[in-house]
Amino acid sequence: MKTLILTLISVSLVNNVVLSQFLGLCPFLGVSKQTKTALSMGGAVIFVITIASAVTNLLYRLLVLFHVEYLETVAFILIIAALVQLVELFLKKYSKPLYSSLGVYLPLITTNCAVLGVALTNVQNNYDFITSVVAGFGTALGFTISITILAGIRERIADNDIPHVMQGSPIVLITAGLMAIAFIGFSGLI
Amino acid sequence: MKKYLKTLYNGIIKENPTFVLMLGMCPTLAVTTSAINGMGMGLTTMTVLIMSNFIISLLRNIIPSRMRIPGYIVIVASLVTVVQLLLQGYIPSLYDTLGIYIPLIVVNCIILGRAEAFASKNPPVLSMFDGLGIGLGFTLALTCIGLVREILGSGTAFSMSLPFSFEPITIFVMAPGAFFVLAGLTAIQNKLKLPSATNTKESSLKCGGNCIECYGHQCQINKALLKEELKK
Repeated sequence: MKTLILTLISVSLVNNVVLSQFLGLCPFLGVSKQTKTALSMGGAVIFVITIASAVTNLLYRLLVLFHVEYLETVAFILIIAALVQLVELFLKKYSKPLYSSLGVYLPLITTNCAVLGVALTNVQNNYDFITSVVAGFGTALGFTISITILAGIRERIADNDIPHVMQGSPIVLITAGLMAIAFIGFSGLI
Repeated sequence: MKKYLKTLYNGIIKENPTFVLMLGMCPTLAVTTSAINGMGMGLTTMTVLIMSNFIISLLRNIIPSRMRIPGYIVIVASLVTVVQLLLQGYIPSLYDTLGIYIPLIVVNCIILGRAEAFASKNPPVLSMFDGLGIGLGFTLALTCIGLVREILGSGTAFSMSLPFSFEPITIFVMAPGAFFVLAGLTAIQNKLKLPSATNTKESSLKCGGNCIECYGHQCQINKALLKEELKK
């Protein structure tokens, strides 16, 4: 139990997926204009990454069984792409409210580098099934935390008078950089 | 001949994937802690891009259009695995530095973007030249960003000491430094009004988030959809 909690803290805060590993940067910068959208995006990412890390863990065992571990990249990317489509269809049919809040974002993260990145890191670290799922959930949680904070800051920035040169992307990137500095502080936790 | 040179020029300068199109930002920020690392990543991506453009162009009339994206993904993922195994065997130091970012080349927008935008419509040799041009442009950009970060952050250039000495600003070789360097770059582009994706009215980095569907028109469609949905 203790290792699971440590893993959760480590992947969500210390090795934050966006701010220290630069995975999933496109949605982080692209969908962070409002906290509401950022939260929905985060929800979709948590949903997909948690399921994906469970499925890829099982799939990797299958690959090991047939001694074709080198196929991991090909197998993972295909299974993740298929999985997101399935999840989307499933939600559309059985859970209308969930679909209407997450639906738009699901196709956007089909093959987000963070999803594949988590699957590959889990394999590299030799995580067992439970740890993989926890690590996947934690990574996505870290993503949600950072995108929500960025969106909150951007909402404030929007009302301020920024030098013309820094408007748009530059100020968002500076904000992300300052957040990354703040997150370095978490490295003392473990 | 002129056609080939024009394709090269287009890839390196006019449509530079990093400075103009602002694509493939994850590896751009993650591995550019030094000029050598940036160059290694750029050259690895270029190798994959040349081969994938060539193969996809050869198969462009065989792959049914509805199945083309999964087809491209399988081709690119196989090539990435080949390159990854070669690196592991022959350049283990580079393999260790780039780590997880080698398999992640599969989801680099640039690769599938070129497959869709160029290789699926042009003959094999021309597509290879396009891969070479875009790849060189990417390598150039990554090396430049890596060089800036290395000089500021560790006070060296290509691992050699500089003729003048100063206290290096270590933060620039750490994660936050990557954001600051890119912020500086986009600010300069804003100031000089250079043609780039961050200079458009939308003024944001490309991709709505799906790296694989992040090519030209698809990206625009995604964005428009998202915008409409937000208005509701």
